[in-house]
Amino acid sequence: MHASATDRGRDRSQPLEKLGPDESLKARSDQLRGTILDGLLDEITGAVPGSDPKLMKFHGIYQQDDRDIRDERRHQKLEPAFSFMVRVRLPGGVCTPEQWLKLDSLARDYGEGSLRLTTRQTFQFHYVLKQNLRSLIQGLHDVGLDTRAACGDDSRGVMCSVNPQLSALHAEVYDLAKRVSDHAVPKTGAYGEIWYGEERKKSSGPEEPFYGSTYMPRKFKIGFVIPPVNDIDVYAQDLGFIASGTADRLDGFNVAIGGGMGRTDQAPHTYPRLADVIGFVPTDKVFAVVDAVMSVQRDYGDRVDRAHARFKYTIDDKGLDWIKQEIEERQGFAFAPTRNFSFVSNSDPFGWATGEAGRLHYTLLVESGRITNAAERPILDGLRAVARGKFGNFRLTPNQNLTIADVAPERRAELETILSEFGLAALNRQSGLRLNALACVALPTCGLAMAESERYLPHLVEKIEQILSKHGLFDEPITLRMSGCPNGCSRPYIAEIALTGRAPGKYNLYFGGGFHGQRLNKMYLENVGEDAILRAIEEVVAGFARDRRPNEHFGDYAIRAGYVTEVTEGRHFND
Amino acid sequence: MSVIYNLRELGLTVDQLRMVESLTGSLTPDQALWLSGYLAGLHRGARSALAGEGEALASFPSTSAMAGASANTRSLTVLVGSETGNARALAKSLVQAAGASGLQASLADLAGYPTRKLKDEQDLLIITSTHGEGDPPQSALGFFEFLEGRKAPKLGQVRYAVLALGDSTYEFYCEAGKRIDRRLAELGAARIAPRVDCDVDYDKPAADWIKTVIAAIAPDAGGATSSTVFAKPLSAPAAVPVHDKRNPFAATVIDNIALTGRRSSKETRHIEFSLDGSGLSFAPGDALGILPRNDPALVEDILQTLSLSADAPVTLDDSPTSLGEALTGHFDISASTPRFIDRWAELSGASALAALKTGDQSQRAAFLRDHHVIDILRQYPVAGVAPQAFLSGLRPLQPRLYSIASSQAYAPDEVHLTVTTLRYALHGEARTGVASGHLAERVKPDDTLPVYVQANPHFRLPEDDAPIVMIGAGTGVAPYRAFLQEREIRGARGRSWLFFGERNFHSDFLYQTEWQALLKSGVLHRMSVAFSRDRAEKVYVQHRLQEHGAELYGWMQEGAHIYVCGDAANLAPDVHRTLRDIVQQKGGLSQSAADEYLGELQRGQRYQVDVY
Repeated sequence: MHASATDRGRDRSQPLEKLGPDESLKARSDQLRGTILDGLLDEITGAVPGSDPKLMKFHGIYQQDDRDIRDERRHQKLEPAFSFMVRVRLPGGVCTPEQWLKLDSLARDYGEGSLRLTTRQTFQFHYVLKQNLRSLIQGLHDVGLDTRAACGDDSRGVMCSVNPQLSALHAEVYDLAKRVSDHAVPKTGAYGEIWYGEERKKSSGPEEPFYGSTYMPRKFKIGFVIPPVNDIDVYAQDLGFIASGTADRLDGFNVAIGGGMGRTDQAPHTYPRLADVIGFVPTDKVFAVVDAVMSVQRDYGDRVDRAHARFKYTIDDKGLDWIKQEIEERQGFAFAPTRNFSFVSNSDPFGWATGEAGRLHYTLLVESGRITNAAERPILDGLRAVARGKFGNFRLTPNQNLTIADVAPERRAELETILSEFGLAALNRQSGLRLNALACVALPTCGLAMAESERYLPHLVEKIEQILSKHGLFDEPITLRMSGCPNGCSRPYIAEIALTGRAPGKYNLYFGGGFHGQRLNKMYLENVGEDAILRAIEEVVAGFARDRRPNEHFGDYAIRAGYVTEVTEGRHFND
Repeated sequence: MSVIYNLRELGLTVDQLRMVESLTGSLTPDQALWLSGYLAGLHRGARSALAGEGEALASFPSTSAMAGASANTRSLTVLVGSETGNARALAKSLVQAAGASGLQASLADLAGYPTRKLKDEQDLLIITSTHGEGDPPQSALGFFEFLEGRKAPKLGQVRYAVLALGDSTYEFYCEAGKRIDRRLAELGAARIAPRVDCDVDYDKPAADWIKTVIAAIAPDAGGATSSTVFAKPLSAPAAVPVHDKRNPFAATVIDNIALTGRRSSKETRHIEFSLDGSGLSFAPGDALGILPRNDPALVEDILQTLSLSADAPVTLDDSPTSLGEALTGHFDISASTPRFIDRWAELSGASALAALKTGDQSQRAAFLRDHHVIDILRQYPVAGVAPQAFLSGLRPLQPRLYSIASSQAYAPDEVHLTVTTLRYALHGEARTGVASGHLAERVKPDDTLPVYVQANPHFRLPEDDAPIVMIGAGTGVAPYRAFLQEREIRGARGRSWLFFGERNFHSDFLYQTEWQALLKSGVLHRMSVAFSRDRAEKVYVQHRLQEHGAELYGWMQEGAHIYVCGDAANLAPDVHRTLRDIVQQKGGLSQSAADEYLGELQRGQRYQVDVY
């Protein structure tokens, strides 16, 4: 499986029949068209047929079904309650009040009144019926949004630090993130034809000059971060750009490659990996770097085994030096030596912050990123009221929270009144653990989930909070991340405490991730239930309360105290 | 040897017995095996002609009897339950390995495996993975439910082996495989080889298991161990009792489920009865009469309102019974009738009631609509009514007819119904239909209900190669399920097109997964649906007919038979008008000529309507 740098036996140079079945699927899809148009018209099923669900991911759409009632409906001779998750492409997570209002009304019309903020700074609609997909996507189009490449083997949504205090720098880096996203997404006309009803255009050249007909071997994630807050978890990106300069001058970026979370249980050749920083480039070279890095992965990535196809494995198989050299060759220049930088945390600054020119920013905890009108807390209505007030742009944080940015100081009281009126002001009054907790969606809609995540996290946190209170650590910031499966949408493998689902009620428990995302954690217990999880956490928390050194973080303590060994490289994660 | 004893129990004549003895003594194992299949086949043929007999004749309770069977006399099926594809890959290698040893194996996924075929299997090799807390693969849940449920057949003739895939870090390691292994043994099947449980590194143990089972099944030179043929004791065929409306059959409920999903605006149920031993036979298109019982709560209300006791003696057709039983099982105590109003007017002396008799008939009809028996009793109370006097105003409880939703050829000992529960509010109280309420709320599996068959010779399938167009709304789709099951069994080649209408796609698509399977297998050629409450503009089946008018007219010209089933008040007239419009437009005919065209179809039994 581990190929040498020159071995091309598993990459794009091979004929399709030697590669995994998804490669043929992509190649034969007529640049992502497949039979999606016909499938949308089939009125006997709420699903789309054959391999179209896979192709629709490239259009930002996941076919799902309500797993809670799958069995019940089977007895009723009804097909599963199919619906679609639609993920918006929102580079950098920035959204205007006008866009927010549109998203809000689309969620009410087609998404059962629910919007979900994701760990990659975008919105997801859930429960969208097949018959409403086009209306939804055309509605997004009305406010300049689309869902291109929000899933699939392509450049996914490009992330960007929220850093509201550094407004000028943020504006510059955000603009770059947005342009990189536009640059790197697929160019096929399939999207416009299927969703907007456009005519198919005769193209003179290839429809996908960069991607060709087989796109990337797997997803490819790009992110821009502005130190000292590593909110985007730059080490978890396939390609990360770490801004370097001063508050009012951006010099360029340190480049990090090869991060990624996904792994498969019981498959030791899969593992999470943190990105390596390989050097510095000036700002005007960013696009050249993107093209070079993506093309190396496109050409050398493993297309036989999808579980081993992310860029991180290509790097470990070929060797970091070889990859770096290949990138430099393709971009036509060498990386400059890495410039100094440092991170302090990967979490969000909650509440009010003052930025440049006295502008205000308010960051709100949205538990698991779920925005609905729950009876006791109508967050959807509340945020609609905020959007109607046009206080400033919204910024979705990589921790599934929300910043209302750029608020004029004289409107602070007005905004606070709205937040209070809808019960949102209380959302930030939480334990240090809850403020730093992440959960993926999991059951009932995610087809990959093996255990609960979003629905379970609040209950588990409550129990851990009791332990923390007992040991005087209620306000201690500790990162806790939960995923319903080992793929790791909530980036669990860099949390100080993490849980990944194995079966209903059963999880792997991990300790020892770095507080600002700089170190992977390590499995402490495998496939255990809540009692064992709480017992283990209590033991480590008690030790932490007793023996911690000044300013020592929980994850660092877990390693120092010997509960887990430090993981220095992804490929040793499973050792 | 107990052979004689068993054969005697069959009620064989002395001559027959002698012939059997002399034959079994001379047979080789292969001959015995072949002959048993031959006899069973003969018997099956006889059964389909004369429905309602017992179980299949011959069975093999011991493996030893089959050990010498040569491979080409037994079928080999590989069944696979796979979630991630590992089990499926192994099943393919198994089929290949079998082929290399000269065995013809057919491969089927548990997901789509027709469970009614299980009883006909001979050699069965099963590979399944386990997920979560000992669960089978999601797609195999239906198979597991069937196998572990009460509908599972005896499998004395089956030999089997199980390969279980799992992950030993889970508590219920390989549980799905263990469950199949356990259950097949319980059902009388004989293990060819012990079950093998494989962990995540399954390659080696799986390959070994494949070798073992192939070696056990593949033809070998080893001789027979026994030539004994056992026969299962059977009671002598009794005279088949005739069940009809006067003498209904007490049918056991096998299944009673809601077909409508969550958030539906209505409730439509699927009810399966066993007709085992009834001697009843029916054709697709026929109806089932059921004799419901009244809601005990309503009986109680009436007794309380009248201050009468359930135990009060009354006479029914000259035989004594209790008032409670009479009200529960013999009289219609829901809707009132002109007769009841008259009777109650006499007993109560209420002038308002008396006035209804002589007044405007539409006024009386409106009063009847709004006033059930209980409402009249409450509104015009009478003290000291004699039980028998009260009963004399009531009409007998009538059986209710439902179009049968199953084919007897497809499910021989069963009859299925599709019933919408009638629910409404009257005078602030929730009320239900007599029969539909009984079926929805008071009938559980294993309960019995008196039923009989009501033939409907004017709603019949044509010859197998004739095209059919089936138009139904709501429960009107029931007979089409019977039609298509019948066509599937018969291998009928005629094209078919189903138009179905209901309220909401998500919750009310009755039998959705069955239509999908029929479309996939080609038994059903086309399906057009209309859901009236999914969008702002209401769409009904007639709109779909109009939309496809040109093609529909083409089908009619090619000899298609048209069926309409459903609501008499709206569906049938609307559909008829639409068909006339289509014939007029597409055939370029005048209105009267179009009427004549449809009339001709009706006279030729090519346009049949079943409405209620």
